[in-house]
Amino acid sequence: MSTLRPQGPVALEQFNLMKLTITIMVLVIVVVFALSFYVIVKFRRRPGDNKVPVQVEGNHKLEIIWTVIPIVLLLILGVPTVQSVFGLAKDYSKDDNAVQVIVTGHQYWWEFEYPQYGIKTAQELMIPTGKTISISAKSADVIHSFWIPSLAGKIDTNPGSNVNKMYFSSKHDGVYLGKCAELCGPSHALMDFKVKSVSSDSFDRWVAGMKEPGQLPADAAISDVFQKQCLTCHAVGDKGLQLYPNLTNIGDRETIGGILVNTDDPKYKNEGSTYDNLKRWISDPQAVKPGNSMPKVDLTKEQIDGIAKYLSEYKQK
Amino acid sequence: MAHAHPVKRHTGLMDWLTTVDHKKIGILYLIAGGFFFLIGGLEALLIRVQLWKPLNNFVGADTYNELLTMHGTTMIFLAAMPVIFALMNAIVPLQIGARDVAFPFVNSLGFWTFFFGGLLLNISWLAGTVPDAGWTSYVPLASPTYNVDKGVDFYVLGLQIAGIGTLIGGINFLVTIINMRAPGMSFMRMPMFTWTAFITSALILFAFPALTVGLVALMFDRLFEANFFEVAGGGNTVLWEHIFWIFGHPEVYILILPAFGVISEVISTFSRKRLFGYSSMVFATVLIGFLGFMVWAHHMFTVGLGPVANALFSIATMLIAVPTGIKIFNWIFTMWGGSIRFTSANLFAVGFVPTFVMGGVTGVMLAAAPADFQYHDSYFVVAHFHYVIVGGLVLGLFAGLHYWWPKMFGRALNEFIGKLTFWTFFIGFHLTFFVQHFLGLMGMPRRIWTYLDGLGFNTMNLISTIGAFLMGLGTIFFIINIIVTAAKPKNAGNDPWEDGRTLEWSIPSPAPEYNFAQTPLVRGYDALWKEKMDGNEGMSPAEPIGPIHMPSPSILPFLMSVGLFIAGFGFLYAKNDWNNAFVSNIFGNHIVAGLGLAITLGCMVVRSLKDDHGFHIEPEEITGKGVKA
Repeated sequence: MSTLRPQGPVALEQFNLMKLTITIMVLVIVVVFALSFYVIVKFRRRPGDNKVPVQVEGNHKLEIIWTVIPIVLLLILGVPTVQSVFGLAKDYSKDDNAVQVIVTGHQYWWEFEYPQYGIKTAQELMIPTGKTISISAKSADVIHSFWIPSLAGKIDTNPGSNVNKMYFSSKHDGVYLGKCAELCGPSHALMDFKVKSVSSDSFDRWVAGMKEPGQLPADAAISDVFQKQCLTCHAVGDKGLQLYPNLTNIGDRETIGGILVNTDDPKYKNEGSTYDNLKRWISDPQAVKPGNSMPKVDLTKEQIDGIAKYLSEYKQK
Repeated sequence: MAHAHPVKRHTGLMDWLTTVDHKKIGILYLIAGGFFFLIGGLEALLIRVQLWKPLNNFVGADTYNELLTMHGTTMIFLAAMPVIFALMNAIVPLQIGARDVAFPFVNSLGFWTFFFGGLLLNISWLAGTVPDAGWTSYVPLASPTYNVDKGVDFYVLGLQIAGIGTLIGGINFLVTIINMRAPGMSFMRMPMFTWTAFITSALILFAFPALTVGLVALMFDRLFEANFFEVAGGGNTVLWEHIFWIFGHPEVYILILPAFGVISEVISTFSRKRLFGYSSMVFATVLIGFLGFMVWAHHMFTVGLGPVANALFSIATMLIAVPTGIKIFNWIFTMWGGSIRFTSANLFAVGFVPTFVMGGVTGVMLAAAPADFQYHDSYFVVAHFHYVIVGGLVLGLFAGLHYWWPKMFGRALNEFIGKLTFWTFFIGFHLTFFVQHFLGLMGMPRRIWTYLDGLGFNTMNLISTIGAFLMGLGTIFFIINIIVTAAKPKNAGNDPWEDGRTLEWSIPSPAPEYNFAQTPLVRGYDALWKEKMDGNEGMSPAEPIGPIHMPSPSILPFLMSVGLFIAGFGFLYAKNDWNNAFVSNIFGNHIVAGLGLAITLGCMVVRSLKDDHGFHIEPEEITGKGVKA
């Protein structure tokens, strides 16, 4: 996920600018270090040395040199910077060829809405590889900042009607880690998300899958609890409310709550199978992400198991 | 002429509470600033302990946010600023040949308001509701909607009270430097430290009111349901960011310029050479101060201000590199051809130059807006500003303290422990912050209380934590040095470094109450050095020995600050749910707050109505005490 391994043209442009600046700056550092080192070795006071050095007032030629050289270096840096500033500010929000995504930051989760397809999802931004993704970013509460280090630099999500635009695209299929980069409360550190870049075909299948009618648990008792306790905030397909993360096809996601990584081969404390992660999350959401809006729902152990099983198996057909 | 007004001279604690002597106020600033520096340092260590391994749970998410907020706020406002004021108070009047600052009473008031403001802010730890929205206190996270406890109230009230102190302190130094220079001390003969103190004071004058406006608006939002920043009520959150950084960016230069001044003095003295390119140094300082006000939006490149603003602020920011570069090369060429003596003060100064360059170049990197989209709010930024503030300012302050300690206290710090302090602090500093550049580039956001395993962050965070403990060790060595030194006799001569160039080294260490028995006549830049080179014993006086007029000590500044402190509490707890009808009543109806304000205003009335002409020190007293055996 490093900014030093860009996986798309926007991150690449930023990386190139970073390389240019780093090169110039290393040059400056080398010159200053070399001069400093030379001076402190050469002109250190030897024991018994009592002479008074020549009191030099200054030297116009030298002073002009070290004023002009930085200006030239800054010009070399300034021109591509300005070009890039305007280049990256291009607005694709009216472009039909671009995939439009409305990103909304919440304490502490990400909502992704695709207005062209009429679908909403959470925590996992699905994108077609190679296509331009046009982001309109806003916040539902405090300021967050939307950042996918290996694909593009960040943009703040502001509350109110202040919508920020940016764009990016990915060159290869893959899963990229995204982060919240603006302090937004206790679980700021845990407000991760994933960007899943897939082929156009897979993307279309995913869109179709998200539009399928919602499926309820097969077990009637679990289904009843799920509708009463979960769908009052969440949604699956066309059922339930869209106030909090949409759960459609949650079994396909890489993470639960953006932070519990789903894997059958858990290595770290925040990893587990989808089923285990769901159980861990539902039993005590506050222990996983302190300060988030989901309460500890009044459920029996069997009910939690049932719901976790149902959700972990809720996958795209 | 010489009428002696009877004035009560206090001793012991009362002397310190009532003093209006700039040298004693400087020491008070140093003690209070040092105290808050230790608190802020402790918070930093707790932060680093929490981050030493992934998914650590040493302090929880809430406590971590409190720690990072209080660390930043304390270090900037309550540690760095006061220690700068300590040096300015202790040295600037001596460097310009003045007997005190222009407004000694205001000087004392400035200290006490700072102190009680800082105390109020830190009492939040005892009250159990600590500010947790970052030192930048961005709304809506700091707004009453999303921050319901009193934490941020402590922040807005504490900083407002402390801010009064800084603002009037700045005004005081502006007036002092403009009006109180000794005969012959023209602007272009002023020592570099005085110049930087002058520009810093000017920056304070223009920057702090912006902060005050922001804090007052946020206070109205929080305490009286105003809607400056409430989106639902038509407020705007980006407005806070602008106001904060219009103050916040000049604040960076308020902090660093005095360090530039210290470094110029120390390097020049210990190279036994005149500061190279003095006039270009002055020009660069003024230019940095000026440009410092036009670059605030580079803290906001990702806010969505649009390409025009981002491009302009990028270029403006890069421009600051030019005057800063001039300074760096001037320091190097001051040493060039000199005879450099590596005292601990000079070690800090020489260590400062390359360290600060590293902080400076990352600053230019951050100025390139599109690249900043990647750096912003990552550990790269954390590394950058610690290189500037710790590697720049704190090394500068250490250099200044080791250099002027004999002038402030009459005893030189132990050189061996001083060098030990330098090496542990310096190595610890680079260990802590150098790796953070790479953490940021690898995608570690700042202000996160924990990070996941398997992202490649582990080793570098561990290194960083080890470095932080080394810095802590360096600080402990410094404290030991202070204690060891305090136990030794006061034996520092007028010019303990033997190569002193400026006026403060022409008078006894520590300086007598009235500084100069006779106001000196300044005949050139590096006034004392010039006399030395011309073969004269010390400065020529510009006046005969006569009675010296002194300001009277006063308890009023202390009381006024206590009043503000009480008022702050009154406002903080006005809506508190006390389990006692009487207490609820006096807080709820703002009786406590009113009482506090009444104390302050009452003191102002007393100060205005009471005639106080000060007193005189007679010539007999001066010749008796002023000459050291």
